[in-house]
Amino acid sequence: MRDLHSFLSPPAETAQRHGPHDRIVMSSRVRLARNIKDAAFPGWAKKTERVKTLETIRPAVESLPEMKDSFSEAMDNLGALDRQMLVERHLISREHAAKSAGSGLVLNREETFSVMINEEDHLRMQALRPGLQIKQAWAAIDDFDSALEKKLDYAFDSELGYLTACPTNLGTGIRVSAMLHLPGLVLGEQINPIIQSVNKLGLAVRGLYGEGTEALGNVFQVSNQMTLGENEAMIVERLEKVLAQIIEHEENARQTLLEKKPKTVYNHIGRAYGILANAHSISSKETMNLLSLLRLGVDLGLFPGAERALVDELFLITQPAHLQKQFSDKLSAEDRDLMRADMVRERLKNVSRPLVKPRPPNTTN
Amino acid sequence: MQCSICKEKPATVHLTQIVGDKMQKLDLCEDCAKTKGVNDPAGFALGADLMFGLGAAQEIEQAGGGVELKCSRCGFTQADFKKSGRLGCPECYKTFSEGLGGLLKTMHKGTRHTGKAPETMRSSTEDADRLKILQKKLEKAIESENFEEAAQLRDEIKQVTERSLAPKNLAR
Repeated sequence: MRDLHSFLSPPAETAQRHGPHDRIVMSSRVRLARNIKDAAFPGWAKKTERVKTLETIRPAVESLPEMKDSFSEAMDNLGALDRQMLVERHLISREHAAKSAGSGLVLNREETFSVMINEEDHLRMQALRPGLQIKQAWAAIDDFDSALEKKLDYAFDSELGYLTACPTNLGTGIRVSAMLHLPGLVLGEQINPIIQSVNKLGLAVRGLYGEGTEALGNVFQVSNQMTLGENEAMIVERLEKVLAQIIEHEENARQTLLEKKPKTVYNHIGRAYGILANAHSISSKETMNLLSLLRLGVDLGLFPGAERALVDELFLITQPAHLQKQFSDKLSAEDRDLMRADMVRERLKNVSRPLVKPRPPNTTN
Repeated sequence: MQCSICKEKPATVHLTQIVGDKMQKLDLCEDCAKTKGVNDPAGFALGADLMFGLGAAQEIEQAGGGVELKCSRCGFTQADFKKSGRLGCPECYKTFSEGLGGLLKTMHKGTRHTGKAPETMRSSTEDADRLKILQKKLEKAIESENFEEAAQLRDEIKQVTERSLAPKNLAR
């Protein structure tokens, strides 16, 4: 069995992945739900049937050129820590992390394609890209899916499209989403009206880890909800338009804050730096929320010499499973808080205190 | 009034969400509201699951006319659907088609798939057949002055025509 930890890219590397507008859009993803004909959906199928569909689907996915040199494993062979690491990297859903016999994962080396087998549907395949690249992600997963359909017999109906376990995914089975860092809108208290108007357009806004999670670190996921009656290109385009507006609102919110309430902004960022650079015990939740402010400070030019990648790396390695993985002994939550604080202090050693007057903000990404 | 999720405790949280021109209502007890994150001050949209799952079961129940439908392929019943908000197998869409129609209307933009199709499903004859059907539907819609549907059909015809001209890279 392949070791997941050594397969995954080191966090220092993942933090270096750049894309358009990545100062606000952390990543883009397009997911397709597919099912094979003549088999019950995973939630209803008995274990033997799930194992059988896994055995049909897994080799087909592995055989695609995109999945050359991939990590492919049955979920019951993965330990709790490995599953949690995959969730922290947004490579699998929390729901999939809870699966056991009969579910699987195929992940490519670059972490740009991740295929969950027997999650809620037989197949949940996703293309991931850094920054704002939902068109590219759609094109990638479209090709992937077209190659896979030659090897598998999909459940498809000419009237209803791709048939899915939940009617909310019926038709295209597509979910297009982007992960956004919106500290300006949160600090400027404009986030609620934005969320409401995005909702009115039939789009969903969720927290860091998807459905039912809170917006830790001012990170929000925006995605389409409707999958039937509109084709993929239209869905992608509509989301792209809305994202462009959210980006603009966030940029404006940051500008306005600096003009109208500079002291509030510097206060938040200065305090965040103060705690992160000096704490001896810190929870992952507090870390994420403070790192968000640090990231904002970097964007605003308050930390000359510090790169956003450092913050993004810390964002990943301070999360519970990634942190635990760096230590051989099993840590308690209290131990983790100590280790986390040590690590953050160490990494911020060479980052000097925020400037009192910022340099002109670097808006070229 | 009982909570629409646990069906045990009294509902104290009443929600109305408007998506497009559709209104959805939900009554929850305090505990269920909390677990579903409805009290979240960030004002998150209700999960699609929450809204749609509940309405779905009711519609299917009504469509069954009191007789419990059961999928002959996988043995899934409408009671199962009510519990999980998910269907049992692809065949279930036929079994429960009557009740699903209205439900799909409330949760989606339309009730007909207009996007990608597996290559084997989009042979040229099939596209031609489909065009004929769509044309007929369009004539009917115009006749009955149902312009909203007519517009949708026209879009669909355009798409089918385009994809039969360019069999590769459709819907990009």
